[in-house]
Amino acid sequence: MAIDKFAVEASHIMMFARSVGDENPIYHDADYAAGTEAGSIIAPPTFAQASAQFDPDYFLRPKTGKPWFGSGKEATGIKKEKKEGGSSGAAAGGLHAEQHFEYHRHLKPGDVLTGTTFPGKSWEKESKRAGKLKFSETVTEYRDQNGELVITARGVGVVTEKVIGT
Amino acid sequence: MTLKANDIKVGDTHSEVLVEDLKRTQIVQYAGASGDYNPVHTDEKFVTEVAGYPTVFAHGMLTMGMTGKLLTNYVGDGRLTKYGVRFVNQVWPGDTLTGTVEVAEIRDEDGQKLVDLTVTTVNQDGATVLSGNATARID
Repeated sequence: MAIDKFAVEASHIMMFARSVGDENPIYHDADYAAGTEAGSIIAPPTFAQASAQFDPDYFLRPKTGKPWFGSGKEATGIKKEKKEGGSSGAAAGGLHAEQHFEYHRHLKPGDVLTGTTFPGKSWEKESKRAGKLKFSETVTEYRDQNGELVITARGVGVVTEKVIGT
Repeated sequence: MTLKANDIKVGDTHSEVLVEDLKRTQIVQYAGASGDYNPVHTDEKFVTEVAGYPTVFAHGMLTMGMTGKLLTNYVGDGRLTKYGVRFVNQVWPGDTLTGTVEVAEIRDEDGQKLVDLTVTTVNQDGATVLSGNATARID
């Protein structure tokens, strides 16, 4: 995964804050934000995750003319032999197990970020509820238009052997 | 409003209801804003017939985002230096989530006062869905 040009925009921050139910004016009201310590609109703490919008190859976004695994006429747009006792988590690209952010500063409209992702550790664990769990870690460094490191993100994904239901 | 070292002590807690009766529409909103269109979060037909789950479920990052609001409400805007979580249980439509932040340590680093916090989000049955920690600059 590589993020070439993640332009941080005020309207995107507003929509993202709305989606997590945060109506704090620091995320949408420039006049209010100008009078705060931050001095301008800033992005909420998990906003860097929306970098997915700017990853041209992001596999969890439908692309015009390409097969998509979500439903249309059929329950999935991708024909695949179902493995015996196969993992459903794998069909969906696994589940998100952990996410960590380190903020060197907070993002604001006008920032243009690049993100570089490095593979981290991987490990396995047995779980009564979900069978064998395969964990893998990725680290993404977000740098701003001046090349300064602004956010370090560490994500851990897990692929489960069995479905985790209610 | 920002947090002051003199006003808090280790063991202090702050709780908020993060969402009541989570709607599928909010999950759709998060998919659109974040760019994570994994159909397990929004596509009932796919998630029940192909993926084998009972219904759609929230992005872990939606729960992390809602819990982030609890943190910034407590420490102030733009004050977090670290925020990390583990997704412990899935969050389903209809869930009501409550987050609690607890002061773990108040310390000084190169003349800057910092607070270390633990954060836990539970559902209406008291099951933990997210647990994590955060650090923030305080006055």
